[in-house]
Amino acid sequence: MAAFDPVLADIRFGCGLSPALAPAPDAAAFLATLTGPDDSAARHPVERFETFLTRLQEVRKYQQIRRKNRGTPEGLAARDAIRDLNKVANVAQLHWMAQRLARRVTTAAPFRERLAAFWADHFTATGKAGVMRRAGGPYVESAIRPRLAGKFEDLLIAAVTHPLMVHYLDQERSAGPNSKRAQSGDKKLGLNENLAREIMELHTLGVGGPYTQTDVRELAELLTGLTMNRTVGRQFRKDMAEPGAETVLGKRYGGGQPRFSDIEAVLRDLARHPATARHLAGKLATHFVSDSPDPALTGAIEAALLESGTDLKAGYEAMLAHPAAWSTRSPNVKRPFDFIASALRALEVPPETFLSLKPGMFRRRFHVPMVLMGHVWEKPVGPDGLPEEDSAWITPQGLAARLQWAVTVPQLLQDELPDPRAFVTQALGPRATPAVHLAAKAAESRADGIGLVLASPSFQRM
Amino acid sequence: MAQDLSRRAFLTRSAAIGCSLAASPLVTPVTLAAAPGENRLIVIILRGAMDGLGAVMPYGDPAWTALRGRPALGTEDGPADLDGFYALHPALKPLLPLWSQGQLGFVHAVSTPYRDKRSHFDGQDLLEAGITDLSHGLSRDGWLNRMLRHYPGIGTETAYAVGRDTLKLLNGPAPVSRWTPESDLALSPQAIRLAELVMQDDPVFAAAMAQALQIADNDGDAVASTMAPAEMDAMMAKELNSRRGETGEARIAQFVGRQLRGPSRIAAFSINGWDTHERQGVYLTRSLRRLTDAILSLREELGGPVWQNTAVVAMTEFGRTVRINGTQGTDHGTGGAMVLAGGAIRGGRVVTEWPGLDEASLYNRRDLMPTRDLRAHAGWLINGLFGLDRGTIERDVFPGVELGGDPRLLL
Repeated sequence: MAAFDPVLADIRFGCGLSPALAPAPDAAAFLATLTGPDDSAARHPVERFETFLTRLQEVRKYQQIRRKNRGTPEGLAARDAIRDLNKVANVAQLHWMAQRLARRVTTAAPFRERLAAFWADHFTATGKAGVMRRAGGPYVESAIRPRLAGKFEDLLIAAVTHPLMVHYLDQERSAGPNSKRAQSGDKKLGLNENLAREIMELHTLGVGGPYTQTDVRELAELLTGLTMNRTVGRQFRKDMAEPGAETVLGKRYGGGQPRFSDIEAVLRDLARHPATARHLAGKLATHFVSDSPDPALTGAIEAALLESGTDLKAGYEAMLAHPAAWSTRSPNVKRPFDFIASALRALEVPPETFLSLKPGMFRRRFHVPMVLMGHVWEKPVGPDGLPEEDSAWITPQGLAARLQWAVTVPQLLQDELPDPRAFVTQALGPRATPAVHLAAKAAESRADGIGLVLASPSFQRM
Repeated sequence: MAQDLSRRAFLTRSAAIGCSLAASPLVTPVTLAAAPGENRLIVIILRGAMDGLGAVMPYGDPAWTALRGRPALGTEDGPADLDGFYALHPALKPLLPLWSQGQLGFVHAVSTPYRDKRSHFDGQDLLEAGITDLSHGLSRDGWLNRMLRHYPGIGTETAYAVGRDTLKLLNGPAPVSRWTPESDLALSPQAIRLAELVMQDDPVFAAAMAQALQIADNDGDAVASTMAPAEMDAMMAKELNSRRGETGEARIAQFVGRQLRGPSRIAAFSINGWDTHERQGVYLTRSLRRLTDAILSLREELGGPVWQNTAVVAMTEFGRTVRINGTQGTDHGTGGAMVLAGGAIRGGRVVTEWPGLDEASLYNRRDLMPTRDLRAHAGWLINGLFGLDRGTIERDVFPGVELGGDPRLLL
């Protein structure tokens, strides 16, 4: 029976092999890295959302000045100040992307990085205008990363009631039709079902789950009152909440004074629902193991999540303990960020080399190539996040972009590339095939040799 | 060994096998067969659910003004009257010359068979799969690919999925090329050979690689080059700058135009940004402008004779609520609209069995009632453009569809 394999664990559940960091010897050690101190976050910090809010406050201040002084020099100065704040935030977003690459290159707790990316994608959220568009990293840092190995219900509440999610899924101005604000004739406010629908469809029960349009509507009414404000972040406003109880999946919530805890209650119930365990188990197995995972593997994860009352660590433990998690039949393809980060890790590229790049150069080396590989960083197409299917990534243009990056960029980052013949084993471990060995030997230059190893299916698959 | 094959032989062979991954690496090269005739079909998927009522406004309906307000017809920034009943959103007004030449038309109050859950992702999956419902899971292939399978001799260049989207409507065993215009490859001839070699370890990678080399060789500059790394880097920078300079739609249209002027007959791409829950006045305008740009660029790129043989159809996963919501937008609805353009189209009209907008005529008292399956219209387009017979379309391309009477969308 296949069991925990330290090398495969680093490739499949971690950030790829590193010549400098030995893989964890067993599943217990691998899982233990999730609960220790978050060293890599400390070493390569990303702004927390609480700090990011001060950027929004600054913008708001200048917006008010501009509104009061239209056409005057003071108004124009405020307009320029807003433009500068946008530019600064744009550069900061690239820097946080570099920090997240750096974490993957040097971390001794690689599963944490992968889980942070997995849950960030499960709870995809982004800003829709201005400085808010740069909030993705801070949101993940504050709402998601600290809760990777706790209870799913706590992660769910933190993510879906986070100001960025509230903004992204149009909850910001959703008010109950009979709420005080709506009744007072504020025409900009009204019920919006978007967040309610995505909570059930994407975050908890799954699209095949046992809910109806009526459940969506009732949950949307229960969510009213949850809003955000660019000064304080998340807010609960009683005057926007729909009065009266709501029935979601047959259970009544609220009815008294509108309270945020009614929203927490329905989210906890949704998190603990068997359909949610099934949905999450399927997503974990698909993301980490294969596009068509063994049903026994998803069953084991599902059972562990249900029995533990949504304890995520129990779910991960069940995944790592299952033989099907170690199957080498049709393993997943790395996503663009996984690919680039694991290439830098295999090459031991010192993080300073890319952290110190000017923003334009960092964009050219990393951001744009990732776009061509199919991933626009922190600019999701929809709230369902990135596709899981390998076919979405290994397209002609996606593969062309991977190959072109692999032969071009590493040599621009490092003066001295390793010998491709030695690098084959360093990067691929036991997966090296005769064709890759041959290509590494026959390449005309070190850069081509390294690029061919990195672009090879053995390196591209997890 | 694959190395002994010339690159050209390799490419020709892979063109013939397309995505059929089980094929042996030493199959005899097969020549490309003719494409299915001279007509062209371009499918644009409008992701996010376009508000058909906002794009083509039925202002002549008695219930319209109460729902959406009186349109400022005839003003510079206002909608343009089409026929006394429908008016065109201001962002589509640059297309009016096409309307008067009969090269622009609309189909209204249509939808896929998808109902009630109103999920974008399910809605788009169903739209692209072309099937009746998802209760038996999603089919792995898309309707446009199933159509292609009835032309067994086609090469990989017959159909193109363009852009960074998966475009599931072209998924399936029939050969399809996929490309993003801004991707490019520049490798030494030796590196190309070795890349083909390492990709042979994995059929999925090998197929993608073969297509990448073929397309990249055909996109205006050859792959094989002896560029130094710094030059390659400069090339990537150039790509980046050219992307900034033009709209994505214009660039995609250029690429599609170049392919369809040549041996290609079918192309599909997406335009995102239709999910207008908030401030529709701003966001719908923005997306309709992109659609306008795409259609005008396609006409320019294709040029007279090819444009005459072209049908462009834009479709979306569902429509939006007839009422404006509390945030000046619209929520997910049901019945929507299709946009048709091209010299092959019998345009200058809105094709519909109009259901009316009074509350009793709405679907669930909230959405425009779909009066016809949009697959029937797409089916008749395929029938008219490529001669595929009715029975095959109903059985295989859009299983479960009732084609019904011919809406005569084509000249």
